[in-house]
Amino acid sequence: MAGMSGRMSTVIKAKVSKLLDRAEDPGETLDYSYQKQLEALQNVKKGIADVVTSKKRLGMQASKLEQSVVKLDTQARQALAAGNEELARTALERKQFAQTELQSLDQQVAELQSQQDKLIDSEKRLRTKIEAFRTKKEVIKAQYSAAEAQVRISEAATGVGEEMADVGLAMQRAVDKTEDMKARASAVEELEAAGTFEDLTQLGSGQDDIDRQLAELGAGGMVDDDLAKMKAELGMGDPAPAPGELEAGGPASGEPEVKP
Amino acid sequence: MIVRIMGEGQYRLDEDCIKRVNVLDNAGVKAVESDDEDAFHTAFEEMLDIIRKEGEHLGDEEIETSDVIVPPGDTSFAEAAADFTGEGLIPD
Repeated sequence: MAGMSGRMSTVIKAKVSKLLDRAEDPGETLDYSYQKQLEALQNVKKGIADVVTSKKRLGMQASKLEQSVVKLDTQARQALAAGNEELARTALERKQFAQTELQSLDQQVAELQSQQDKLIDSEKRLRTKIEAFRTKKEVIKAQYSAAEAQVRISEAATGVGEEMADVGLAMQRAVDKTEDMKARASAVEELEAAGTFEDLTQLGSGQDDIDRQLAELGAGGMVDDDLAKMKAELGMGDPAPAPGELEAGGPASGEPEVKP
Repeated sequence: MIVRIMGEGQYRLDEDCIKRVNVLDNAGVKAVESDDEDAFHTAFEEMLDIIRKEGEHLGDEEIETSDVIVPPGDTSFAEAAADFTGEGLIPD
């Protein structure tokens, strides 16, 4: 059982010894270590703030998507009541898509929350440890000869260094997760910008790019179910087909303007 | 012996505990070698469980260097491959 082993231990040892190599005399090593520790603590605080910001951004997107789900559902109902099944189907497809995105966003927000909690715990541990180091540093300075002090400083600094490396890894994991989510959030924003969740009554006729994309996502089965459910709720049997309605009318056909 | 679980803190373990953790450590290495994800998670979970439950949690103000460093509890099988090799976390 000789000392630390494993990749993680090796990484940490290397980091800590790099930290200690900088200074020559014990007093300087102490102050240098302490200064580095305080910097690390600041970084952790910044890391936590970043996670909070990302979480807020995702939360805002989630509530926008929630609104879209409600809006698209209402529009589908209106379209169906007006006998425009095609438009209802399109609305439901988009609703389905928005719902899927929403679920994934909610999951990510929850995951960020847990990262944030972990980082806050780590920050607290590191802060306490640094405070203990500060106390110890004064004792070492006052009580020990240079040679003895060097050994004790090395021990103490390694102990805190290990904590710093631990927090560093936790931050790295949080940052990696945040990056993934930023990419995801941007993708949803692009879809929004492309009008995926916009008011369908404002759309032109027939299939557009978004429709094709949505069709590719294969939400078909769910949409059929939704449509059937909605028809039942509206007390409709198989509705009379409205051939060519969208193609002929476009936005000017006006029927989805019905108020709920 | 002092064991750190990354992201959780340090624990003081007696020899008996360390022995049992070492057995699971080796089981973890074996699982990684034979690409058995379930077996890895079983061994790893049990290992964390022993450390957390039977170890004495070190106070935050205690400054100690760990003898053994265990990767974070949410380590994935892919990530584990880097740590659970050779003699594993604890040298045999």
